[in-house]
Amino acid sequence: MDEEIKGKGVSRRDFLKGLGGGAIGTAVVSTGLLDTGKAEAYPTEATGTRRGKSVINLKVNGRGYRLEVEHRATLAELLRDQLGFTGTKIGCNRGECGACTVILNGRNIYSCSQLAVWMDGKEILTIEGLVKGEKLDPVQEAFIEHDGPQCGFCTSGQIMSGKALLLRQPNPTEAQVRRALSGNLCRCGNYNREVAAVLAAAKAR
Amino acid sequence: MKSFENINVRSVKEAVGLLQKFNGEKKTAQVVSGGTELLQLMKERVATPQYLINLKTIPGLSYIKEERSGFRIGALTTLTEIEENKSVQEKLLFLSQAAGEAASPQLRNAGTIGGNICQRPFCWYFRSASFTCLRKGGELCYAVTGDSRFHAILGGGPSYIVHPSDMAPALIAFGARIKIAGPAGEKTIPLEKFFVLPQVDYKRENILQPGEIVTEIQIPHPRTGSKGFYHKVRERQAWDHPIVSVSTVLQAKDGTCQEARVVLGGVAPVPWRAAKAEAFLRGKKVDEAAARQAGEIALDGARPMKDNGYKVGLAKSLIQRALLASV
Repeated sequence: MDEEIKGKGVSRRDFLKGLGGGAIGTAVVSTGLLDTGKAEAYPTEATGTRRGKSVINLKVNGRGYRLEVEHRATLAELLRDQLGFTGTKIGCNRGECGACTVILNGRNIYSCSQLAVWMDGKEILTIEGLVKGEKLDPVQEAFIEHDGPQCGFCTSGQIMSGKALLLRQPNPTEAQVRRALSGNLCRCGNYNREVAAVLAAAKAR
Repeated sequence: MKSFENINVRSVKEAVGLLQKFNGEKKTAQVVSGGTELLQLMKERVATPQYLINLKTIPGLSYIKEERSGFRIGALTTLTEIEENKSVQEKLLFLSQAAGEAASPQLRNAGTIGGNICQRPFCWYFRSASFTCLRKGGELCYAVTGDSRFHAILGGGPSYIVHPSDMAPALIAFGARIKIAGPAGEKTIPLEKFFVLPQVDYKRENILQPGEIVTEIQIPHPRTGSKGFYHKVRERQAWDHPIVSVSTVLQAKDGTCQEARVVLGGVAPVPWRAAKAEAFLRGKKVDEAAARQAGEIALDGARPMKDNGYKVGLAKSLIQRALLASV
């Protein structure tokens, strides 16, 4: 089915993204309508915020964005739903599983546990940002080589945690790698290969 | 999450002012720093503040300063920053270790020391929107009739949560103090006086009043000759709360204890200081028999629930192990 849609110039992923975008557009419009006449005194217009929404500036994968976010939106939702970086996955959405791991100012964090509005002026690296042109990051290459992904859902989070470690510690021990990946669950239980992949990526550099 | 308004504040004074204002207007407001804990409660709709006051935009509240009187740690300092700080590693015995064993790397990178100390319980009944438990305005502490394997063995009743913080017991073992800013200005109190037992008020875990914010943790230098020990037992080796944790600071001379602090985590609704065991140890030669007896004294009066009797023996053994490792 994927192939069929691709044949018409639209991948299944693009098609689904299109639907998602449409739904969000509708949601924004209706919230706007509901809000009229119920404006609160605080915060003032001068702070550049409207009730429950603000305009923020942030950098994702080296590119600057200026956009309006709902205050209740998480960074994971901003990345996936507003910016289309769907490589970041939402698993538990409770700060437990690590599928949503991204790198914020050089450190790995759970993007489900940060509000998008807090990202004003911040720099974020997602799995999409690891690719240089057509060339995968050494951690990504090593995950392929060592069969890191099984079902694949936790993989981008695992890779981001591995990458965050290597940014600070280019030659980690196995114990350091295990500790660095300890905030990322893999329900396939493929931990040994994920650890081996990060160690191999360190050697490859 | 339910809709709310996020307000980035630039100073402690502004945050305190807003908290007071919203409280006066009968609106719900909540301060937030790392966000790692509060956002989960908001997603479950256990917490539904109308206003979220973001403290992270306050400049100068993230620091680790070593002074003659001791360390001062700003409330917005992350657990990773505490774990990796060289002076903390060298001089504060096990505090770096306690920070490094809390939660997961991602949570330590975002979570702050102030937020860690002000965490709400991780009791599964409290965290679930399906249970209107005592602490959320209901009538029952479901742990009493339900599954109590991770609940309190000391200081429980009418609510049986355990305090989830890894940092608080460790800090209390060092005799840490906490600085609180509020409408009436600043005050500094011993950290152990910060926490509230359910028999005093079962709807809160600490003494913070509306409009009050934790701004700093102060830790005196351990006395020369002190040895520390920290151990956290959990179900798995990653991202877990303590089943029981023990923090001890022991000052001994020729094997005889001069001063001891013994603080347990994971056993009570507050970080549990075993004051009677500390008094027993003073002046005693710390050998196997004394260490064992200190454990017995510390757990004297423990009232295990249906499923958590195992914690009693575990806590005793941990105390014994900690004391023997410190002389």
